[in-house]
This record gives sequence, C-alpha cells and structure tokens, in this order.
Amino acid sequence: MIPTTYFLGLSAILFSIGVVGVLVRRNAIIIFMSIELMLNSANLVFVAYARQFGTLDGQILVFFVMTVAAAEVAVGLALIVAIFRSKASIDVDAVNLLKG
Amino acid sequence: MFEIVPLVLVFPVVGLLLNTAFSRWLDEKWIGIVASCASCAAFVISILLAVALAGNRFHAEVVLLAKWISIGNLQLPWQMRVDTLSVTMMLLVTGVGTLIHIYAIGYMHRDPRFGRFFIYLNLFITMMLVLVAADNYLMLFVGWEGVGLCSYLLIGFWYDKGNASVGNARAGRKAFVVNRVGDMGILIGMFLIFNLVGSLQFDDVVNFFEHHGAEVGGMATVVTLLLLLGVAGKSAQIPLFVWLPDAMAGPTPVSALIHAATMVTAGIYLIARSAPIFALAPLSQITVALVGAATAFMAGTIAVAQWDIKRVLAYSTISQLGFMVAAVGLGGYVAGMFHLITHAFFKALLFLAAGSVIHGVEHGGHHAHDHCDAQDMRNMGGIKDRMKITFWVYLIGALALVGVFPLAGFWSKDEILSDAWHVGIVEGHWHGVVVYVLLVLAAIFTAFYMTRQMVMVFFGQARSRAAEHATENPPMMTTPLIVLAVLSLLGGALNLPGLHTLGRWLEHTHHFFHSIDFNLSIALSSTLLALAAIWLGTRVYYHRRPLKNATSPDQLQSVLGTVFSFLNGKWYVDEFYDATIVRVYEWKARFLAFQVDWAFWHDYVHDRVISAAFRGGAVALSGSVDTGGIDRFFDGLAHLVRVCSERILRPLQTGYVRNYALGVMLGVIVVLGIILVK
Repeated sequence: MIPTTYFLGLSAILFSIGVVGVLVRRNAIIIFMSIELMLNSANLVFVAYARQFGTLDGQILVFFVMTVAAAEVAVGLALIVAIFRSKASIDVDAVNLLKG
Repeated sequence: MFEIVPLVLVFPVVGLLLNTAFSRWLDEKWIGIVASCASCAAFVISILLAVALAGNRFHAEVVLLAKWISIGNLQLPWQMRVDTLSVTMMLLVTGVGTLIHIYAIGYMHRDPRFGRFFIYLNLFITMMLVLVAADNYLMLFVGWEGVGLCSYLLIGFWYDKGNASVGNARAGRKAFVVNRVGDMGILIGMFLIFNLVGSLQFDDVVNFFEHHGAEVGGMATVVTLLLLLGVAGKSAQIPLFVWLPDAMAGPTPVSALIHAATMVTAGIYLIARSAPIFALAPLSQITVALVGAATAFMAGTIAVAQWDIKRVLAYSTISQLGFMVAAVGLGGYVAGMFHLITHAFFKALLFLAAGSVIHGVEHGGHHAHDHCDAQDMRNMGGIKDRMKITFWVYLIGALALVGVFPLAGFWSKDEILSDAWHVGIVEGHWHGVVVYVLLVLAAIFTAFYMTRQMVMVFFGQARSRAAEHATENPPMMTTPLIVLAVLSLLGGALNLPGLHTLGRWLEHTHHFFHSIDFNLSIALSSTLLALAAIWLGTRVYYHRRPLKNATSPDQLQSVLGTVFSFLNGKWYVDEFYDATIVRVYEWKARFLAFQVDWAFWHDYVHDRVISAAFRGGAVALSGSVDTGGIDRFFDGLAHLVRVCSERILRPLQTGYVRNYALGVMLGVIVVLGIILVK
C-alpha cells in the first residue's frame, strides 16, 4: 500500500502550486483553477487519512467540499462575466477600485 | 409620675400643629378652643407635677427626653427638671396663659389673622415651658430665644399698622435687636461657666460653685455680670428697657401674657436659678439690686407722664420688674418670686382690663363714627358707668399693684421692702439703704400714676364720642378678668407672714431661698405713703380741675412744666440711644455701603481694577496661549496624522486582489506558526 506520507507530500505540492497560481497570475479563470487546485489538495488529504484510519468521515467531508466548490464556481464565474461586461477584460489587475 | 413632664410641652405643640394645619378651615370658635385646651392641658399637667413633687418630699427630679449634643466631655441632653422653682413657673405660665388664651378669643374676634395669633400663642407657651423646665443653661437658652422670637412675631403681629404703616414692625425689630445685646451677655456667660465647670447642667454648676467657689475668685463676678446683661435685655432693666414700651404695639393679650406676666420675668427666674453663682459675687449682687431699684424708680417716674393707657402699664411693668430684680439682687429670692407671681396676676389683669377698655372704646367709636385714638387716656373718661365689670376688676388690679392691704401686691411688695430694710439697716450695707429709698419712691409713684390712670379713664366726663358710647365686652372677655381679679385679691395668701408657704415650697430647690419676717412698721409706712400718693392723685386729677376735653393740657403739666415734658419724653433715653448708637450705626452703615462698598469696591476695584485685569488677561490668553500654543499643537497633531496616512497607509491599499490574498496567506502562516510554536 502506498504510505499516507506520499499523499500528504503530493497534497502539499498541489496546494503550493495553487497558492503561487493565485498570487502570480492575472487571468481570473486561471486564478479560479488555482483555487480549485487548493481545494482538491485538501480533499486529497481528507481521503488519505480516511483510508489510513478506515473511517468514512474524511470522505463525507470531501463531498461537502466538492459541493461548496461547485457553488463557488457558479458565483465566481458569474462575477467574472459581470467584470468582463464592464471592463471588456478578465485581467484582475484592471479591477483596482480599492486603490488608496 | 414624673415621666409625664414631657406632656407639658407636647400639649401646646399639638395645639399649635393642629391650628397650623387646620386653622384655615376652622372657624374662630374652634381655633380658640384648640389653643385654649392645649394650654389648659399643660396647666393640668403642671398641677399633677406639683402633686408628684409633694409626694416625692419635694426632691427635684430630672427626666431625660433625648440626647442632644455630646462632644468630648460636653454632654447636653434634652432634659427636663422638675423642682419647686420650675413647677411654680410652669403653673404660672400655663395658668395665666390659659386665661389669656380664653380672653384673646373674644379680643381677636374678626381679626383676619386669627388662627396665626393662636399658633404664636401656643408656640410661646411651649417655648416658655422649655425655658423654665430646662435642666441646663443651653436648653434654657433655647427657650429664652424661642420666647424672644414669639415676642418679636407678636409685637409685629399687626405689622401693617402703626406709624407710617411700619411702626409696629419697627417696634418688633427694636425688641429683637435690643434683646440680642442682652443675649450676647448670656452666651458669653454660658461659655465662661462651661470653661470653669466643664458642664452646663444646673446640678453640676451648683455643686461646682458651692464646693470650689473660693477658687474661681473674680470669675463668678464676671459670669454673673454677663448674665445680668441678659436679664436686663429680657426683663427690661436699665440700660436695655427701651424695647418694652414699644412692644405695646402688639395685641393686648400679648402685652398681658408676654410683656407683663411671663416672658419678661424670665430674667428673674434666671437669677433665681443661678443663685449659687450670685451668692459668690457680692459685687454682682449689689449691681443687680441697684439696677433693679434704679429701673423701678426711673420707670415709675416715666409712667406718671404718659397718656397711652398701655404705655403707662408698660412702664409700670418695667418698674415692677425692677422691684423683682432688686429683690433677687438683695438675696430675697422668695420675695422676688412672690412678687413675680402676684405681679403676673394683677398686671395680666390690668393689661387685659385695659384691652377691654380699648375694645369698648373702639366699639363705641365705630358706633358713634368717632375714630379717635382708642388707647389715649385723654380720649376716655367716665367709662365707669358704661363698663362696670371692667371698672371693678381694673380697680382691684390697680389697688393690688399699688399695694393696698390685703391685696396681693401688698404682701409681695412689703416682703421686698423688708428685704431691702434688712440688708440696709439690720446688716448695714449702704446699697440696701439706697435700694430701700428708691423702691419706696417707686412705690409712691406707682400709687400716683395708677390713681391718675383710674381717674383719667373711668371718672369725670367722657372726653370723646367714642368714650360716650363705650360698651361692656362679652363674657368671653370678662370671665378671665374676674378670675384674675380674684387671684389678685387673694394672691397674697401664697406667702402670708408666719406661714411662708411659698418660701417653704421654694427652699427645697436652693437652700438660699428663705422668706423674711413681716415688719409691721415697713408695712404701715409703705401703706401710708401709698394712700398719701392716692390722695395726692385724686387731688390733682379729680378734685382740682377735671380734664375738660381731649386737647386740654394735663393737670400735672401746669404744675411741673418742663419736668413733666422730661418725664413725658421718657427721660429722652430713646433720643440718647438714637444719637449715640443708632445714628452712629446708621452713619457707619451708610459709609460702608456707599463709600466702601459702592464707591471703592464696586466702582473702583470691580469696574476698574478687576475688569481691566480681566480684559488684559483675556487678550494675553487668546493671543499667545490660545492661538499660539493650543491651536498650533492641535494643528500639528492633525498634520502628523495626515502625513503618516499619506506616506504609510495609502501605499498599502494597492487595490490588486493578489496583494490582499498575499496578506491573507501571510496571516494564515503567522497564525499556524503561532499554533505550532505553542
């Protein structure tokens, strides 16, 4: 059986890629994909531990996370469409109304 | 049995509270009944106390009401003293007070301030009882000031009347101010007693002076002279007697109750109470005796030349108070107290009867539409037949005052003269002789001015239409007169020679109190002199040339001339005080008000110095301190905040999503780091 440590390592790598993606990319779609990557890395940890301890708790939580992610995507994509309509761009740097 | 003594105060207080609360809705009859019953109940309690004393072998008892002042070793409780002296005074105050209450119901009929009058009367009874029932000097002083207050209120009772509509109010003020001079003496005397004894309780003071009297030396003289100053104020002696004649501005029952029978005798009571201190100060005793005798003589001469019926009686009262003060000054405490009691009877009677005359003449004046001065004896005359009861009781009162055998005044005045004779001739003290001579002269004047008054008021022809139509008063007023007349007739029985009932009764309070033996030659000589004066009075005023009308000059005036004017002007004592004290004081007050206060303080210090300083200070403050200092500080503070936010806070807000996300991530890392480190 593959040790849990490997899963955790993979999850950490995926999460870090997601974080870097959110911080450095300007394309809103890409940022979204990076967020999905972070969520799924968390899912991976849940599943890995669920397998190690032989319980279903982690797996159930994964379903919740997927549900939330789906809802988030729906809202997020709607926001992106709205931004695109006003700015004719999905570059997040164009949205800087909060600049002091 | 002695526990009932507080009731003697409770009843008048209840009466005055009832009338204070309800007199607005009660009619005159009920107000009078409440007040008279309150006084009468106190009288009953006093009788019970006298019975209790007799059952207690005349031993004094003290009853503690409440704690009052206790500071360090100063212990002053509200404590009432029941001994023969205080019970005598209580009986007198409540007994005569009740009669005068009843009389006043008739006298004050239809007065717009009827209820207030009876409230004041009950307050007076309360305060007088506090005075005589006190067991320490301070409580006595509370009563002393309380009766002074009532005196002031009642003298100015008709405050809107009198000379220029303020005469009565001024008379009240005069009484109040003159009495304050005397009270200063009492207060300082009290402080000195406390300094010496460390207590103001009568028992402690008496014990101290009886056992350590020799050690205090001259202090006893100082204390007693200061007390004498207070006595001179309250009992209207030289030099403070000037307030009492003016006090006649009050309603006549007040003159009878406060300014003849009870309050003015408080001074004699105080001296009798302080007898052990006076016994140690021969100089003070001589002073007291001489002051009393001189007052008796001087007031007696003034009374001869007055026209106002009440003013004659007022000077007569001062004169008789002089007799009492002279008596207690000579150590004749029983004689003084005896004369105090008999004088209360016949002087209350005379005042009430004079009130009855005034009332009758006023009534006649209303009837005949003659609004002359109803107190001026020149407007009277021939009232004898129209006011029979008043005439007879007045005659009894006058004979008792003159000292005709066997009326009350004969016995008490004779005892005082015997005391003076004893001190002067038997013991050989010069002041006894002086006092004796002055008192005999005063007694002669007494007989003369009372004859003059009787003739002017009751005999001859009516000299005004008001006197022609004078009518007798209702029984409400005449009944108390008759009771007092009986007391004036029989009052001498209290201390008959040989029996000395009053002397035996009083000697249980102080062993100083003892009666003097009857001296037939003195009694005979004073009676003969009195009869001679009466004869002279009738010669001058009745047989010689009866006064024809109200404006013709007094018979005596033509004989005596300027002397009469001098006596009529009351020895010009008021003018003397006016020139030496009142004017100087007014000048000083005016100088202080206009020069010092207005010109100097207000115009110069306030308007010039202070306002200039204020203006200069304000300019200096607004320029350099406010604008230069405070404003600049807060401006700088605001500038600092602005610079900080422009340089530091503004660049932080980039508006780029990822910068905020980076912040979130760093935050998460920090939080996780903290959790891990812990």
